[in-house]
Amino acid sequence: MDKNIVLTMRGICMTFPGVKALDNVDFTLRKGEIRALMGENGAGKSTLIKCLTGVNKFEAGEIHVDGIDGPIVNKDTLDAQKKGISTVYQEVNLCPNLSVAENLYIGREPLTKFGTVNRRKMNAMAAQLMKDLDLDIEVTQNLENYSLALQQMIAIARAVDMKSKVLILDEPTSSLDDHEVSLLFKMMRQLREQGVGIVFVTHFLEQVYEVCDGITVLRNGTLVGEYTVEELPRVKLVAAMMGKDFDDLASIKPEGDKDMSNAPLEIEAKGLSHAGKIKPFNLDIHKGEVIGLTGLLGSGRSELARVIYGADRAQTGTLKVDGKEVAIKNPIDAMNLGMGLLPDDRKAEGIIGDLSVRENIILAMQAKLGIFKRIPMAKQIEIADKYIEMLSIKTASRETLIKQLSGGNQQKVILARWLATNPDFLVLDEPTRGIDIGTKTEIQKLVIKLADEGKSIIFISSEVEEMLRTCNRLAVLRDGEKVGELEADEMSQEGVMKAIAGGGAQ
Amino acid sequence: MNKDKKVKINSNNLLLIITIALFVVMYIAGCVVYADKGFTRLQTFLNILINNAGLICIASGMTCVMLTGGIDISVGSVVAMDCMIIAVGIERWGWSSPVLMALVLIIGVVFGLVQGYCIAYLKIQPFIVTMAGMFFARGMTAVICTEQVSITSDRIFTALSSYKIEMPFGIGSYVNKKGIPQIPYVRASVIVALLVVLVIFLMLRYTRFGRSLYAVGGNQQSATLMGLDVKKVTLKAYMLSSFLASVGGICYCLNTMSGTTTQAAGLEMDAISSAVIGGTLLTGGVGNVVGSLFGVMINGTISTLVKTNGKLISSWANIVTAILLCFFIVLQAVFVKIKERKKA
Repeated sequence: MDKNIVLTMRGICMTFPGVKALDNVDFTLRKGEIRALMGENGAGKSTLIKCLTGVNKFEAGEIHVDGIDGPIVNKDTLDAQKKGISTVYQEVNLCPNLSVAENLYIGREPLTKFGTVNRRKMNAMAAQLMKDLDLDIEVTQNLENYSLALQQMIAIARAVDMKSKVLILDEPTSSLDDHEVSLLFKMMRQLREQGVGIVFVTHFLEQVYEVCDGITVLRNGTLVGEYTVEELPRVKLVAAMMGKDFDDLASIKPEGDKDMSNAPLEIEAKGLSHAGKIKPFNLDIHKGEVIGLTGLLGSGRSELARVIYGADRAQTGTLKVDGKEVAIKNPIDAMNLGMGLLPDDRKAEGIIGDLSVRENIILAMQAKLGIFKRIPMAKQIEIADKYIEMLSIKTASRETLIKQLSGGNQQKVILARWLATNPDFLVLDEPTRGIDIGTKTEIQKLVIKLADEGKSIIFISSEVEEMLRTCNRLAVLRDGEKVGELEADEMSQEGVMKAIAGGGAQ
Repeated sequence: MNKDKKVKINSNNLLLIITIALFVVMYIAGCVVYADKGFTRLQTFLNILINNAGLICIASGMTCVMLTGGIDISVGSVVAMDCMIIAVGIERWGWSSPVLMALVLIIGVVFGLVQGYCIAYLKIQPFIVTMAGMFFARGMTAVICTEQVSITSDRIFTALSSYKIEMPFGIGSYVNKKGIPQIPYVRASVIVALLVVLVIFLMLRYTRFGRSLYAVGGNQQSATLMGLDVKKVTLKAYMLSSFLASVGGICYCLNTMSGTTTQAAGLEMDAISSAVIGGTLLTGGVGNVVGSLFGVMINGTISTLVKTNGKLISSWANIVTAILLCFFIVLQAVFVKIKERKKA
């Protein structure tokens, strides 16, 4: 083994029921190297890491770590930690009900001579660690009192303090703002100087080029290649991840924006509001139109859509659907009027993990019919297969439990669920968040296709670029109020930013 | 404690403070309303402790299990089984009481080991496992003996049961109706119960195992990923609960001096309600054994108040407990909401 290499994985194979998750994958990490592990959702990044840390058992292959003779197999995370491999996961995996100091040291607390936990020493050690990492945190406070971003930093601090040889960061930046990201990168570079090998898993391409030395690309459970950053410019990286030539994202929207203002109205909202969430607003949506809701997170984008859909009951105002005034009391009313809502928090509000893909697709359709009119199994299978093919959902079979699918594929299943009800009006709240660039493009294309079929769509996204590509018109929200609309000809990155920021922006 | 920074009042110890305040207010109200019926006497207070010594031990164990997010509904039946073993052991088999007490403690540990194994390693729902345990222990009680057995013939046990530990310096002495001066006392079981609370309090706060209980209840997946042996911690929690149920069983037996098949029916629910009133969350991760002690004392005060009144039927105690439980659960839910809102 090369002296500079701290970790090698050779020929790793792993199977989930019905799916070959990893097929003969190699991975190499040097001392003092930050290596990006890239791939689309479902490419096997998480699975590979879980094999390394002992969460998943792999069937074939070898793992070698610097300083340990012979191949290693980690029984569990603790075992991996003892061998110098620490992991910070995408979701913060700490205990919110314990203090920051305890979260840093649990399982390895300093003890007094009586064998009890030495709280004073532990708190002092934790405070010192926070100071070293430039974090302004009161270590005796409960973890839940801090923002998700700070919790993430604490999780990293815990891993850092373990004197790891290999540090795995699984999507650590997805909940951090720019300042926090730069702080994290500073921390990563500091660790690189100390000779720690870092595996960095992320969706953000620009971050890869900002901080990484090397890139390993996976696709469909196989290794595409191991590269240095210089060898693999951005376009080539995307091509490698997707396994096809880079699809020009800008070209998905048909040339020449359609003028929708003459099309009949699908939705006419006048003065709808919900106290504390969204101030009274007017909104007209034409048939076949994609309208984007833009604004900062928490500006009332989701809330506006929820009021129209009846998920939050409108307290004032009137709503006309297809020219007729309606009173929507709850989501089932909305569904019967041909509406659908894809919620932004798919884990909490969308998927039902222990049901199969088929059952998840059928769900809304069945709810609309009521429980007494059961859809015949043959019909269910037909519908499920149709959408699995149409949206190219990657699943072992239609009877696979949805929780075994990757995030992007879960999102597609929920989309299929609403498409199955054949809605005239669809709200898509962050349909592309946290999914890879290839699937994103597919979903954007699908949105445009649906609109061409005459459906009206509300599209909510934090990515302005994506909105510009997909929407015919944008409604701008600020602080729980709709503050304006941008027509197609006013829509540009700059224009939207200005509108979001409002008059007082610099 | 003084050298440390001031303990900040967060919502968790606020719940504890509310529990303690409620107990104090309730007791003072009792003293004012029933002053003529002897409620103000120290002995009335000590009687609550004496009557509930067993429950205090059981609630302490229950708190540990609930901290992990689990539940143990077998404890009431374990108490009944313990009492029956001691009673029959002394009266029919002629065994000496120290041997029997050691025996029931060992049985408690083994009982907890089996339940804990099923829950932690076989991943069966705690409610189902301990319900099976509940039926088993209750059934075993009847298998050992179906009659009521009173304990009269063991000198050590009888002496232990009637042993009075009087208040030092005659604090709270009074003269009863017959004109004989009385010194307030507690029984040995009270000392045992308070020791249990103290030990569990220290354990929860200052040992790795204690902190692991909170971690497991806070987020089991995180605890695993942080390298804690979640299964072992869970197993130990159930062993501790059953062991303390047996300690409680001995205390209970010292009070009742008998074994019957229906003894301690529903005691597990008293333990759970005491823990909840004391601020332990059923979802795990939050709670304190001191809270559970006060939970027991609140329940005890309610029934003493109802008894002292004399006109009310005892079921009123249940209704008041029910109202309090609702109050505390709503309060906890409100705190969780506030916390979420603060974060958003």
